[in-house]
Amino acid sequence: MGRYVIRRLLQMIPVFVGSTFLIFFMVYALGDPVAALFGDKAPDPATAARIRAELYLDQPLWKQYLHYMGQILTGEFGTAFNGQEVIELMADAFPVTLRLTLVAIVFEIVIGITLGLLSGLRRGRTVDTSVLLLTLVVVSIPTFVSGYVLQYLFGVKWDVVSPSVSPAAPLDELLLPGMVLALTSLAYVTRLTRTSLAENARADYLRTAVAKGLPRHRVVSRHLLRNSLIPVVTFIGTDIGALMGGAIVTERIFNIHGVGYQLYQGILRQNSPTVVGFVTILVIVFLVANLLVDLLYAVLDPRIRYA
Amino acid sequence: MPEPPPTDPSDPNATITPGGGGAMSLATSDAETLEGGPIPGGTESGKARSLWSDAWHDLRRNPVFVVSALVIVFLVLIAVWPGLVASGNPLSCDLSKAQEGSQPGHPFGYDAQGCDVYTRTVYGARASITVGVCATAGAALLGSALGGLAGFFGGWWDALLSRLADIFFGIPIILGGLVFLSVVTSGSVWPVVGFIVLLGWPQISRIARGAVVGAKQHDYVQAARALGAGNRRLLLRHIAPNAVAPVIVVATIALGTYIALEATLSFVGVGLKPPTVSWGIDISNASNQIRNAPHMLLWPAGALSVTVLAFIMLGDAVRDALDPKLR
Repeated sequence: MGRYVIRRLLQMIPVFVGSTFLIFFMVYALGDPVAALFGDKAPDPATAARIRAELYLDQPLWKQYLHYMGQILTGEFGTAFNGQEVIELMADAFPVTLRLTLVAIVFEIVIGITLGLLSGLRRGRTVDTSVLLLTLVVVSIPTFVSGYVLQYLFGVKWDVVSPSVSPAAPLDELLLPGMVLALTSLAYVTRLTRTSLAENARADYLRTAVAKGLPRHRVVSRHLLRNSLIPVVTFIGTDIGALMGGAIVTERIFNIHGVGYQLYQGILRQNSPTVVGFVTILVIVFLVANLLVDLLYAVLDPRIRYA
Repeated sequence: MPEPPPTDPSDPNATITPGGGGAMSLATSDAETLEGGPIPGGTESGKARSLWSDAWHDLRRNPVFVVSALVIVFLVLIAVWPGLVASGNPLSCDLSKAQEGSQPGHPFGYDAQGCDVYTRTVYGARASITVGVCATAGAALLGSALGGLAGFFGGWWDALLSRLADIFFGIPIILGGLVFLSVVTSGSVWPVVGFIVLLGWPQISRIARGAVVGAKQHDYVQAARALGAGNRRLLLRHIAPNAVAPVIVVATIALGTYIALEATLSFVGVGLKPPTVSWGIDISNASNQIRNAPHMLLWPAGALSVTVLAFIMLGDAVRDALDPKLR
């Protein structure tokens, strides 16, 4: 197990360097952050050169990258061009997005697995067909459409929840945005649970459990569900990173000041330290979530042993 | 259908990737003869049918396939000749009619600039279908070529490609779109297509790699190699035909999601830009007015959702036909 963890951590290094360098390259090499500072006016050449030197922008790209990564690894994320520390922006934004992601994950687990269980246990019946059809429809409606429609229905027409979220973003205001964020993944969780149940329902150990006279609810909860949820857990784990990155659209619709909002502002204003800093953190979250999922596998399924 | 053979529960990927086994034709026909079940569709002659004719036989009788295929044919038609169903010009607008509702001759009403929503919805199909088809073709060709070669030759190329795919997987897709496309000033479909190919090929290459690795272990490949077939012949004549099914399935479903992705990027403001007519742009423009004129948002949004749904349902039906194990 220990050796496996070390090997996986080593494998993560090139992926981390590759992804962050790609983003770094796009942001710093193709845009011109100094020109963006001055807006429409042409900058004074001497001032521009001084700023470039201060920001390390006069060095070759790989040196800039090394310098920047060295700073990040010591917790120094730099200053956004409006003078705010990037780390302060992060301290404000990440808790909000984290809460939003948690709400979404809870919806995925509760609704997704319940629906998957319903349809998986009644395969081929009306419930099953309608749940399958429903998931297809949900998958095909893009988040920004379902977001606006649900916001209009619940927030404006029926006035059940507030249509936009206040800066503090308490949990109850995040219920609707969390649902919107979760919808697509929720449909995948449902389908995955259903498929997994259907496959395990034919397993020998299940036939044994039924044959030895266990009550149905015990067969389902102890034998069938426990084994079927392994791929579902994997999916939800890898989804954490995708949800945090995908929250840009949801956060924009509901005016939530989270990671997506800061990133969007950063890109609009070509605020390079903000963009690269946030993306680096997101890539780390994504990679660590994937690693944890792989390790969780061994815990959930004793048949898998990592040498 | 006969009971599909139980899958190996220790293989967690079996439930996630439709790729499972590469040589689907062999596996399926073996299972049928072994269990003595009727061949699907009930041909009693016992004549062996290929995977493709078998799948086609299933598909023609699947209402989901027929409906989604008809919708797609219609969408492709109006993408090529929008004039067939809409006589107006999507760019000629009359500000005095801004936000007016449905009226004779203009069933969907007008948008904020006074453009006819019906005409714009019809013309919007072209951008979505172009992006979807071109991006899928690009990602499928690139992904299956790279993944297939990696699966066939293995070694350092395989390892390198897997890490490279990991790098692209590490970038959340909408985030990547914002960063990559915000430096592009052109509003045409090609930068969007290029970006989707760039971030879409790893998914296809993983599937293709798995399928080729599965297919190359089969006896007929060993036999062909023993008979002196070269790598080229092995790949093209023996492995590719047996590994292409999972790629087609994933690509069809991906086509639907790419269309949704294009609309999302256009919505955020980094995808297509006016004067290109796109559902994403129209939905974005309409979203500010949703309280007083919801019709401006609902028609393009509905068209977009139906298009994505049609492609995803088609992919679902094709998967069921090609891989009965997952049904």
